[in-house]
Amino acid sequence: MTVFYLVAFLAIFFALMTIFTKNPVHSVLYLVITFFTLTIHYILLNAQFLAVVNFIVYMGAIMVLFLFVLMLLNLNKESEPMKSNFVKIMGAIAGMCLIATLLGAFRVIEPNNQMVVGNEEVGLVKNLGKVLFKEFLLPFEISSILLLTAMVGAVLLAKKDVKKV
Amino acid sequence: MENIVQNIQGVPLNHYIIFCSIIFAIGVIGVLIRRNVIIIMMSIELMLNAVNLLLAAFSAYRGDASGQVFVFFVMALAAAEVAVGLAIIIMVYRNTKSVDIETLSKLRW
Amino acid sequence: MTELLWLIPLIPFLGFVLNGLGRNLFPKAIYGIIGTGAVFIAFILSAFLFQEIWSLQKAGQSAAITQHLFDWFSVGNFKVSLSFLVDPLSAAMLLIITGIGFLIHLYSYSYMHEDKGLGKFFAYLNLFVFFMLLLVMGSNYLVMFIGWEGVGLCSYLLIGFWFTNSSYASAAKKAFVMNRIGDLGFLIAMFFILEHFGTLEYSAVFSQAASLSIGDSTIVIITLLLFVAATGKSAQIPLFTWLPDAMAGPTPVSALIHAATMVTAGIYMVVRSNVLFMLSPLTMEIMAIIGLATALIAAFIALTQNDIKKVLAYSTVSQLGYMFLALGVGAFTGAFFHVLTHAFFKALLFLGAGSVIHAMGNEQDMRKMGGLRKALPITFFTMCLGTIAISGIPPFAGFFSKDEILAHAFQHNVVLWGVGLLTAICTAFYMFRLLFMTFFGSFRGTADQKAHLHESPWQMTFPLIILAFLSVVGGWINLPEAVGGSHALANFLAPIYKGSRLADFDLALSHQTEYLLMGVSAIVAIVMAIVAYTMYGKMDGKPMTEKNEGFLYRLSYNKLYVDELYDAIIVRPLQSLSTFLHTYVEKLGIDGFVNGIASFFVGSGKGIRQLQSGYVGFYILMMVFGVIAILIYGMVRI
Repeated sequence: MTVFYLVAFLAIFFALMTIFTKNPVHSVLYLVITFFTLTIHYILLNAQFLAVVNFIVYMGAIMVLFLFVLMLLNLNKESEPMKSNFVKIMGAIAGMCLIATLLGAFRVIEPNNQMVVGNEEVGLVKNLGKVLFKEFLLPFEISSILLLTAMVGAVLLAKKDVKKV
Repeated sequence: MENIVQNIQGVPLNHYIIFCSIIFAIGVIGVLIRRNVIIIMMSIELMLNAVNLLLAAFSAYRGDASGQVFVFFVMALAAAEVAVGLAIIIMVYRNTKSVDIETLSKLRW
Repeated sequence: MTELLWLIPLIPFLGFVLNGLGRNLFPKAIYGIIGTGAVFIAFILSAFLFQEIWSLQKAGQSAAITQHLFDWFSVGNFKVSLSFLVDPLSAAMLLIITGIGFLIHLYSYSYMHEDKGLGKFFAYLNLFVFFMLLLVMGSNYLVMFIGWEGVGLCSYLLIGFWFTNSSYASAAKKAFVMNRIGDLGFLIAMFFILEHFGTLEYSAVFSQAASLSIGDSTIVIITLLLFVAATGKSAQIPLFTWLPDAMAGPTPVSALIHAATMVTAGIYMVVRSNVLFMLSPLTMEIMAIIGLATALIAAFIALTQNDIKKVLAYSTVSQLGYMFLALGVGAFTGAFFHVLTHAFFKALLFLGAGSVIHAMGNEQDMRKMGGLRKALPITFFTMCLGTIAISGIPPFAGFFSKDEILAHAFQHNVVLWGVGLLTAICTAFYMFRLLFMTFFGSFRGTADQKAHLHESPWQMTFPLIILAFLSVVGGWINLPEAVGGSHALANFLAPIYKGSRLADFDLALSHQTEYLLMGVSAIVAIVMAIVAYTMYGKMDGKPMTEKNEGFLYRLSYNKLYVDELYDAIIVRPLQSLSTFLHTYVEKLGIDGFVNGIASFFVGSGKGIRQLQSGYVGFYILMMVFGVIAILIYGMVRI
């Protein structure tokens, strides 16, 4: 139980660091840490498969992709464009308002304050695999097409212009 | 393992909701206050992860695997989105030599 | 023969189509042949038809032929069919229309020969004949109304035939508008008839009306509205001012439409509806008074007019007033008799005037004429006969018809007779004034015109001679018993009064009284002729000076200021009202409102457009606010 609150605090802290750090590279690194804390949350929920996927895909693949792009574009603290303070304050206020209204909304719908009982079965790779390949077979296959399409699109977009084929 | 499982028994669902809302709002704030397109995309990832975690929490709470399957699909989608998004950013950078979102103000009357 | 009834209106219509389509293609002679020929064929058919009716009636059979062509439309129980009815009344009208129409077509060919729009002219004339035939042949009010509207249209087209002259065009417009006022009356009357009787067929309406009591309020309304229609078409007070202005059209048009046929449509309609009118004594009284007032006023105005066609126009209005007087006192046959004789001599006078104008090179002012009898002997002779006929000097046509009307008026009310006689005096005076100013004295025009003087070609003089002959003998078809006649026309028309409660249908005067009335009117007419001769018969070459001969003269010369009066009480207030509506209600109110809405949206669009900064960050901020708003809304709802 205390683990949850500790990890939640860390997650919020590193998330804030992510958006407030001026150096983009640091931002990415903080985000990686944030994702790591979220992976711990998945483990706490006994969602082992998700924890592994999050660790490998998000932290491993996607964040590395971000880092590569940053390095490719050679961005650093000096070239970082920053908004004026007024806009920053406006953004922060808007975000706070969002939190306030979200929480207010949750309070209004009054969820029963039950404990989350981690299910030992659900999150395991074996169970999830069965569900994925029985009930969700078609979406699963379609998502593979989506990934293929995204790959083709990314290659096409990032390729250098071959001047007038 | 048993120990960890026991540990989470005591966390009320409300706290997951509050925690994920906060992470989500931080993502929104990040989108609002940064001008670097890459950071904005990272903030979007943050928001996606907040939602993912909430889905997983509800899934565990209800003992239903569908929620976790959904998270899996969201991750696949996020991977695709990031790939295409970063490719676009590279293209933009090549043309404008900048990743500042304010330079992309062509979407105007 | 009776099966070919439908050919009578169709042939002029074909003439209209041919001439209208080929108006720029054919040589001039073709137009004349098509136009005149079409009416001539219609005339021959009408003559056969008349003979048929006549023999049917002699044999004592029903002399009404109905021909049903097709159902026009049917709505629920209401059916309108296009069908023709020929009875003695319409048969006689057919003869007038096609007969005089033929003569005038013939005349027009020569009169309009130099005009570029000859084909168009004949097309219009044929169209007019077609509509006029439809008007008199229809067997229900709706077919009559089609003809009624159609002749109005043709009248408009022909008055404005030389439409490049703006005053002519506005005269045409005036005629059209005034006719429309009357037509509205006709239309509403039709609605009332339909509502009350459920049908528009004459036979059904009249047979139902026969059982109604006298003075039935609906009938009073219907007849009053029909009378309004008649005042428009037949130029009675208060809608008579269009007819003098209608003289802007070519002279044959004035002769055909504005003297012989169209303007008598009102009388035809009243005679046709005699069953209804006899049920409404009130309408009859109004009709008599309006008719008499029109007759007197128009005659009074005609006394001093100098334009030869204007004199004839006011004379026409005056004679039409006479006819309505006759209708008002119940002398339907007398009115129709006058229609007949008036068609003869007024067409003759107009055509004669046209001949004079033709010879004078389009000069219409009588002050510049004079002494034309040597140059235009045939025209002079025929017009002389026409003048005698209209003045009511026996034994010419006008005497008998006018005398019959006056006798009925005398029987009805002595005052009516007295005013009628006064009108007759005026008529004799101004007609002889016209004759003497034009043909006697010495020539007062320019030398050019004098050299140009010539008698008209045969196409023009032939109709004059025929009409002159008819003007002389036309009255004998309805000789009163007092002079040994047998009321032939009255007997012929008798079937159309079936079902009508004609209380004083027959003249109940003794023969002595009739002789006395005839004598009086004949003598005053001759006396006025002599007076006119002494005043105008010996006018010398000096140009006539404008004499201010006192109040009455000026009143008459300025047409009683009727046009000015209408201008002041109707046109001006309407104009200022519309100016007011235009500037304040239209411009400020409606336009302001509409434009205001438009500029409000333009302005707010301009304002909102500023939000479209193109900065994605700003859009996202707005989106966040939107999400917040939606969430708050959800909270409040729950």
